[in-house]
Amino acid sequence: MSVAAQALNLAPLLDVQGVNKSFRKPDGDELVVLENVNLALRPGEIVGLLGRSGSGKSTLLRSIAGLDPPSGGVVSYLGQPVLAPAAGIAMVFQSFALFPWLTVLENVQLGLEALGVPEAEMRSRSLQAIDLIGLDGFESAYPRELSGGMRQRVGFARALVVHPNILLMDEPFSALDVLTAETLRTDFLELWGEGQLPIKAVLLVTHNIEEAVQMCDRLLIFSTHPGRVVSEIPIDLPQPRYATDPRFQALIERVYVEMTARPRGDPRAGSKAERFPGTGIGTTLTHVSSNVLTGLIEAVNEPPYNGKADLPALAEEQHLEVDELFPAAEALQLLRFAEVEGGDMKLTEAGLQFARGELDERKKLFARHLITYVPLAAHIRRVLDERASHSAPKSRFFDELEDYMAEDAAEQTLRTIISWGRYGEVFAYDDSRQAFSLENPA
Amino acid sequence: MRLDRLPISVLRERYVPGGWDLLAFLLVFSFFIYLAQAAHGLTGSLARLEATPISLSPRALVGYSARTALRMLIALGASLVFTFTYATLAAKSRRAEVVLVPLLDFLQSVPILSFSITILFFLQLTPGRVAGAEMAAIFLIFTSQAWNMAFSFYHSLRSVPYELVEAARNFQLGPWMRFWRLEVPFAMPPLIWNMMMSMSGGWFFVVASEAISVGNVTVTLPGVGSYLYEANLQKNYVALGWAIAAMFVVILIFDQILFRPLIASADWFRLEQEVGHAPNRSWALTMMRRSRFLRFLGNAFQGMLRAGMKPPKPVQTRLPSVWEGRWGDYAWYSLLILIGVLALWKTTTFVLGEVTAREIGRVIVLGFITLARVVILIAIASVIWVPIGVWVGMRPRVASIVQPIAQFLAAFPTILFFGVVVSAIVSLKLNPDIWLSPLMVLGTQWYILFNVIVGASAISPDLRYAGQNLGLRGWIWWRRLALPAVFPFFVTGAITAAGGSWNASIAAEVVTWGQEKLVAHGLGAYIANATDAADFQRSVLGTVVLSLFVVTINRVFWRPLYARAERKFRMT
Repeated sequence: MSVAAQALNLAPLLDVQGVNKSFRKPDGDELVVLENVNLALRPGEIVGLLGRSGSGKSTLLRSIAGLDPPSGGVVSYLGQPVLAPAAGIAMVFQSFALFPWLTVLENVQLGLEALGVPEAEMRSRSLQAIDLIGLDGFESAYPRELSGGMRQRVGFARALVVHPNILLMDEPFSALDVLTAETLRTDFLELWGEGQLPIKAVLLVTHNIEEAVQMCDRLLIFSTHPGRVVSEIPIDLPQPRYATDPRFQALIERVYVEMTARPRGDPRAGSKAERFPGTGIGTTLTHVSSNVLTGLIEAVNEPPYNGKADLPALAEEQHLEVDELFPAAEALQLLRFAEVEGGDMKLTEAGLQFARGELDERKKLFARHLITYVPLAAHIRRVLDERASHSAPKSRFFDELEDYMAEDAAEQTLRTIISWGRYGEVFAYDDSRQAFSLENPA
Repeated sequence: MRLDRLPISVLRERYVPGGWDLLAFLLVFSFFIYLAQAAHGLTGSLARLEATPISLSPRALVGYSARTALRMLIALGASLVFTFTYATLAAKSRRAEVVLVPLLDFLQSVPILSFSITILFFLQLTPGRVAGAEMAAIFLIFTSQAWNMAFSFYHSLRSVPYELVEAARNFQLGPWMRFWRLEVPFAMPPLIWNMMMSMSGGWFFVVASEAISVGNVTVTLPGVGSYLYEANLQKNYVALGWAIAAMFVVILIFDQILFRPLIASADWFRLEQEVGHAPNRSWALTMMRRSRFLRFLGNAFQGMLRAGMKPPKPVQTRLPSVWEGRWGDYAWYSLLILIGVLALWKTTTFVLGEVTAREIGRVIVLGFITLARVVILIAIASVIWVPIGVWVGMRPRVASIVQPIAQFLAAFPTILFFGVVVSAIVSLKLNPDIWLSPLMVLGTQWYILFNVIVGASAISPDLRYAGQNLGLRGWIWWRRLALPAVFPFFVTGAITAAGGSWNASIAAEVVTWGQEKLVAHGLGAYIANATDAADFQRSVLGTVVLSLFVVTINRVFWRPLYARAERKFRMT
C-alpha cells in the first residue's frame, strides 16, 4: 500500500474547506482569485499544487500559513481555524527570504529564538538541523557568501528546526539552476523517505510539472481566473522516481492534458470556434515577448514537429518552463496562430503562413490577427482613429481595464498590448508621455 | 544562569588581553574621563558663564571642541531615539501616518533659528543654571539633525522586502524582535548615511546653536560655535583658522571612531553585495571585533534585546473593535480637522494681533526674492558641479579623495566666510542683495557634488565601454550618456541643496563682520531680524511663509521631477 493510500486512513492535519479569496477593486466590485477550494493534507503525504501564474496557488499557500486570511471558507490546522501564523506550520520561500545580516546559524536559530527556547537547546537543535540539511561547516557564513542552492538549504534548515507538522514550500527550487534544484530535491526526498525530517506532511506549490510528478503523492491542478481545483491526480509511483521511467512520462503527459483541457462546466466549451479564449477587452493578457511567439511558431513548424507538437517534448526541447510555455501557447491560441488541446499544440493555417513568411509579411499578418482577435487592440486602435489628435493617454484604457481586473493585472495587460501593438505596428506608445498614438517615428 | 553574571575575564579559562583590548580599554576610559569633564560645566551658574567671556586662545579651543562634540553626540543620540519612535509610529499606524509624515515634512523646512525662541522656555526650566541653556543648545542641534534621519528610517520601514516580512511572521517573530532583527538592520545603511549628513548639518548651524540671542537674552555657551562668533566679532582671521583646524580634528575623530565602524558594519546589512564594491574597512571596527572586552559588551546588548522578546501569545480570534473600523476613522479625522482648525485660528489671531495684511503681502514678496536667489544659485552650482562630479565619479581613486573633502566642506558654517565677503562688498562697494547670496549655497552645493559623484561611479562599465566603442565624444557623450545616467542622482542632490539653502538664507542674508552689518532683502533676513528682536509674531509669520514656500516647491516641482527621473532614467 502506498504512502498516499495509508494517509487516507488518518485524520487530516490540515483541512481547507470552501476557501474563497477575493480583493475589492477601487470601484467596489470584487475580484475573485480563489473559488471554493477544498483540500485535506494527511500525515505522511506530499501534496502538490500545480497551476500557472495567476491561478492563486501562492495565495492559497499564504492563507494556509496564516499570512493572508481567506475571504470565505475555513482553513483549519489540527481542528483549529488558522487566523494568524501557527506554530506548527513553517514555510520555505521561493526567494529564500534569509536575513542577510544574520549568519547561517543565526538565521536557523531565528524561529527558536522567537519561541523563547533556552540558549543551549536552541544551539544544539540548530546545529542538528544544519547538520541534517548538509550545511555543516557553514554555520558562521553570511547568506551572501553562499550559492543559491546553499541559501535554500538554510531556508530548509530554518523551517525544519522548529519541528513543524506541516512544511509549506512556495516554489522552493524555481530560483535555482536545473542541476542544483535536482540535487536539492533528491536530497530532500531521501531524508523524507528515511523519515529523518521532523515534519509530518508537505504542501508544495510549483509550476514545474516534472518536479511535481517527481515529489508528490497527489497533485491538485489549478485553473486560472479564478483559481479552482480542476482535477486531482494521484501519483503512486515508488520512490525514487526516474524521469526515464515510461510510467513517469505517462504521468507527465497526463498532467499536460489536464492543464490544457477546458474546465468542466465552462460555458465556452463546445463548438470549435469557441475554444479560443479571450472574448472581451476584459481578458487579462500575460506578457509574452513577440520573440518568444515567433520562436515557438518556427519551432513547431520545423521538423520533427512539422506543425504539430507534443507540449512536454516542446517544453523539454525549447527549455521552456511551464510558466513560460503555457502563456505563450495561450497567446498563440488567442491570436489564432495555433490550437492547444490534449497536451498538443497545432499551428493553424495562419500560423503556418506566419512561419513561412518574411519579416514584413509576418508583421502584417500579426497586425491583422491582433486587430481581429484581440478586442483590446481593436478598441485602442478604434479610439486612436476616432480622435482628431490620434493620441490617447494610457490612463484612459487603464481605467477601463480596472473595471474587469486588479491593478497589476491591468498594468500587465497594457504592457502586453503595447508590446504586441509595437511589433505589429498597429499603434505607437510614448512612455515618457504615457500615451498611445498612431504616429510611428519615421 | 548564575555563571552568566560573572565577568568574562573570570569566566574564560585563558583570558589573555590582546593589543586590541589595550586600545579598547584606553579609548573607553578616556571617553569616560572626557564625559565627566565636559559634563562638569553643565551644573554651573548662568551668571558665572556670562562673566567668563569666550577666549580666542587656541588652548581654550580644545575644551570648547570637547563641549561642542559632546553636545552633538547627545543631540545625535536624541535624534536616534526620536527616529526610532516617531518614524516607527508613522510607519506602523495608518492613522498616525497622516499626521506625522506631513508634520515631519513641515519641521524639516523650519529653519533652526526659528527654534531658538525655545531658549526662553529652557532657561525657565532651570533658573540661573547653565543646564537650561545647554538643553536649548542641544535641542537646536537636534532640530538640525533629527528630521532627515526620521525620514530615512520611515522610508526604510515602508520598504522592507515583502518576503522577509512574511518569513518573520511565519516564524512567529514578535514586534520587538521584528524591530531589532529585521527592521533596524534593514534601515541601517541609509540611516548611517543620514546620521553623517546630520552631523554636517549640526556643524553648519553650530554658531546658531551655541551663541543664542533672542531679544535681550543672550547666551554664549562655551564651544566652537561661540568661538567662531567671538572671532567674527573681533575680526580675528587667525582664530577662524584655529576653529577650522579644531572642526577638522573633531570631525576626523567622529569619522574614525563612530562613522567608519558604522559604515563598515553596515556592509553586513546590505541585501546584496554590489559587484566590484570593495568592502569598507575600519580599524575601530576591527578593534571592536577583536577586543574580547568590547565583544562582551556587545553580547550583553544582544542579551538585553533577547530579554525583551516575549514568547508569542497563543493565537486567538479577535473581532475588530468599533475603533478599528470606518467609524473610528471618521472620529479620528474629525478630531484632526478640529485640532487643525483650532491651531489655524490660534496662529492667525496671534500673528494678526501684531501684523497687518499688508505686511503679510510684503513677507510673501520677500519669499519670492529669496526664492529667486535659491533658484539662480542652485542653477549656477549645478552648472559647475555636475561636470566636475561626473569627471570625479568616473575615477574611483579621485572620488575617494574628493568625497571626504566635500563632506568636510559641507560642514563649514557660513560665518567663516563673513569676513571675506563683507570686506569685499564694502571695499568694492558691491550690492549686498546680489553679493551676499553666494553664502546661501556655500554649505549646500556639496550635496549636488556628492550625489553626482555617486551617480557617475554607478554607471556600469559596460555602458562606458559601449560609449567608447560607438565613438561617443564631446557633447554627444554628455547628452546621451553621462547626464542621463547621473540625472536621478543630481535631482536628489539638488533637492537637498535647495532645501538647505532656504535654511541657510537666515545665516546668509544678515551678515556681520566685527561691527559692520550688511543686510540683503529677503525672507531669511526678515526672520533673522524678528528673532533677534524677540518679535514672536513676525518670526512665526516668516517661518510659516518660508515653510509654505519650501513645502509647495517640493510638491509642485521636485516631486514630479524626481518621479520622472526615477521612471525615465532608471538603469534597469
